[in-house]
Amino acid sequence: MSSDLSEIEKHDDSHPELNAHTDALLPDPGMHEHHWRPTDVDPKAEKRAERQVSLFFALSAICSVLFVVAYFAIKPGYDGDVWAGYGASNLALGSTLGFALLFLGIGVIQWARKLVVDIEHAEDRHPAASSPATREVAIAELKAALNESGMARRPFIRNAMIGSAALLGLPAIVMLRDLGQTNAQITREQPYPGAGLENTVWDAGVRVVRDVVGTPIRPGDLEIGDLVNAEPATIFDGSLHGAPLQIAKSKAATILLRMDPDDISHDVTRNWSVDGIVAYSKICTHVGCPISLNERTTHHLLCPCHQSTFDLADHGKVIFGPAGRHLPQLPLGVDADGYLVALSDYPEPVGVSYWERNTYDIDEIFDDWSADHAADAEQYGYKEGGQ
Amino acid sequence: MSTDTSKVAASNGTEAAAPAGKPTKVGAAANWADERLGIGGLSKFLSRKIFPDHWSFMLGEIALWSFVVLLVTGTFLTLWFKPSMAEITYQGSYAPLRGIDMSEAMASTLDISFDVRGGLLLRQVHHWSAMLFIASMMIHMMRVFFTGAHRKPREINWVIGATLLLLGTLEGFTGYSLPDDLLSGTGIRAADGFMMAIPIVGTYISFFLFGGEFPGDDIIPRLFTIHVLLIPALLLALIGAHLILLIYHKHTQWPGPGRTEKNVVGYPMVPNYISKMTGFFFITFGVTALLGAFFSLNPVWKFGPYDPTKVTAGSQPDWYMGWPDGALRIMPGWESHFWGSTWSWNIFFPVIVLPMLAWMVVLMLPFIEAWITGDKREHHLLQRPRNAPTRTATFVALMTFYAGFWAAGGNDIIAIKFDLSINQITYFLRAFVFLGPIVAFIITRRWCISLQRHDNEKLLHGYETGTVIRTPEGAYHEKHLPLPADEAFAMTVRDRGRAGEEPELKKNGKPTFRAKLRAFYYDHDVDKPTPEELSEAHHHAEHEAHELAAYEGHVVDGHDFDDHRHSAVEEPLSH
Repeated sequence: MSSDLSEIEKHDDSHPELNAHTDALLPDPGMHEHHWRPTDVDPKAEKRAERQVSLFFALSAICSVLFVVAYFAIKPGYDGDVWAGYGASNLALGSTLGFALLFLGIGVIQWARKLVVDIEHAEDRHPAASSPATREVAIAELKAALNESGMARRPFIRNAMIGSAALLGLPAIVMLRDLGQTNAQITREQPYPGAGLENTVWDAGVRVVRDVVGTPIRPGDLEIGDLVNAEPATIFDGSLHGAPLQIAKSKAATILLRMDPDDISHDVTRNWSVDGIVAYSKICTHVGCPISLNERTTHHLLCPCHQSTFDLADHGKVIFGPAGRHLPQLPLGVDADGYLVALSDYPEPVGVSYWERNTYDIDEIFDDWSADHAADAEQYGYKEGGQ
Repeated sequence: MSTDTSKVAASNGTEAAAPAGKPTKVGAAANWADERLGIGGLSKFLSRKIFPDHWSFMLGEIALWSFVVLLVTGTFLTLWFKPSMAEITYQGSYAPLRGIDMSEAMASTLDISFDVRGGLLLRQVHHWSAMLFIASMMIHMMRVFFTGAHRKPREINWVIGATLLLLGTLEGFTGYSLPDDLLSGTGIRAADGFMMAIPIVGTYISFFLFGGEFPGDDIIPRLFTIHVLLIPALLLALIGAHLILLIYHKHTQWPGPGRTEKNVVGYPMVPNYISKMTGFFFITFGVTALLGAFFSLNPVWKFGPYDPTKVTAGSQPDWYMGWPDGALRIMPGWESHFWGSTWSWNIFFPVIVLPMLAWMVVLMLPFIEAWITGDKREHHLLQRPRNAPTRTATFVALMTFYAGFWAAGGNDIIAIKFDLSINQITYFLRAFVFLGPIVAFIITRRWCISLQRHDNEKLLHGYETGTVIRTPEGAYHEKHLPLPADEAFAMTVRDRGRAGEEPELKKNGKPTFRAKLRAFYYDHDVDKPTPEELSEAHHHAEHEAHELAAYEGHVVDGHDFDDHRHSAVEEPLSH
């Protein structure tokens, strides 16, 4: 960029690429003659433009002052002043600031358009490339530098330097290791209840309670067609706070639906239901939104984020949308006091798919579950074929 | 160039500011700085830099100034925002949420919105200018590509621009995720799902970013650092590089009288552009301030704090994230299982592979075009979109592709507003994203070619005057007049097409792949007239004008064949 103009012109002809377009079909009419504006030739027009500009600057100054007034005079916030349904503070501050800026901008541009000399100039371009002469000098200098530094003659220490500099990347990358524990570590160490992608805080005998209020539910509390947002009682027993609570909620959220037992069309779904009440994970198997849009007559559940639709009568299978996998079902039973409980944790990981998960076939999942949990589950009234 | 300054307004001074006599205060300060920094040379270099004038050159400036607005408002916001996920009970002035547990991030966002005077305004201006930043970058990019400003020597600036767009989008996402409200938390959870879908390393990426399992309590502070330090620093550096290259290459210009590939015609940086740009900065800031005053956006207090068990219906990301979200919505639910592993094509493809691929394609466009055309010349004169039909059509096809996915991102809203089946919309858009771009390509190319023909028509036969002349034989002619010299000249400043060119051949005598692409690129391109055609047409036009001149001026009033003739003398009709 520092090459000086005379040199550029000297080398211009060696850059034919600048002659791109011109097989001149018509003669170039040449740059226009300059037209003087009224403000250039008429002192009245000039004065008028000056007045306009100063008016805009004055208006801007007034708006800035009004901003300060509004800042102190108007009560902000939820119970603050209201004008025409708008929060008065935001409206007043925003419009005074906005107009202060706009008037200033308009004034400056009016000045530029009316009063600043508007004579067009032509400036020569030069090719982006440096001239061949400059290039030669640069290459020669680089070569000399390479020689003088011994970079070329001492390949061993040069390569050693490059190698050790590259290895400095290792500390930077290794440092990132402690950004977080891996799933395998968390699953092994169980730093909080239900830790790891395959687990939630649900467990055999954990009561199914209503979300928000935390009250337990008897099967008789639900009528056919009722949909209840549910949580494990663990969420409400005060044992979890902060991140472990959020993690627990993010995986354990469950929906209960009572349907006519005859509508249930899948054996596994029937096995894990109580009086037509089924429980499914509320976390979409697509990208993890909580699902809650229920179509009562069809028992279809629609995810509001990306519209995956699941059939709750048929093991939560996907009937529409981008989800790739059925909704995990929570096996239900009833405890000695007559309240709904889980028979176990979810038999498969809830929520989004990930590389390491290897469960997807509902019959296999059920067989594995039966082998591990069926015997224990009998105390909560479980028997194959439905309760 | 010598200028007659005698007519210049008196206020501008009629004499050069000669350094005679006692130096002014400004002069003294400049002297002080020059003796230490040598700014004289830089100032001389920059201040008389010429920039051409055209409205479309202002689009990038909107992006630049909205970025400055973002820096200003963002700095103010950091004074009150607490990037912490520590759980506290909200005790601020917004009554509906008082007593509810939430993160400090959410609580401080509510404080900014309700208890800091002007805080809500800052939040809204910041968010509005973020939208403006990304929108203006996109429109600026369209302008650059449609006019051929991405060609040599400006390819690297194109790459920088495309990178700025990507970084701006990420900056937007990390920004609107910070309040930790229900909507943004849902977005972060979806982002967690995206990461988990990456084969092999997905869970590691997710667990490292979130500091363990989702949501944990690390993500907000980490996003904050990315949002206020990492990405802004990159943006600032790249914007600097973008502008330095702009100055080095000098701005492109439209063809016109006196404008050539070897010069740049326009107004100097100082005083013209420095004042226009300053004014325009205030206008950009003013417009975003008014948007913040009158149009509410992202009312986090209505969404409430993030709760992983809840979601709001109609959850949508900011508009610029809409197209990957749309791709995610219309992708079929494909998931494969091999050897105990899960491959989530339904997520990995639409939100990881597709956007990266699309970005790579955009990044490579100048290089692909240069490879196809084999054009190694520098270009400083812009092309009208019609004069590069295949290029224009290609970008319109890409825009249609984008639009299809973007519409898919609102498929639920479309279904509700237009009372349509969401299933049908989804099936339609699945087909549209493949077929739409092809149709758009064909239509755009033909449209460009027709416009080229129209240009030639105007060059050869003049423009339509709307004056219809009837000869005594009853024939009708529309009078055509030659284009103004400036316009005709500007129209003819363009390369000749290369449709008939000899193709490069492979050893077996067949045209190379590149030759086939090149033939396709220039196919049907309408050449500008040859000098012979032009002179013949002018000759013909003169002849016709001469013939018709005899009838001109005899004005008809539309009543030639009935009894209601008016006197043309009494009621002259003008043409």
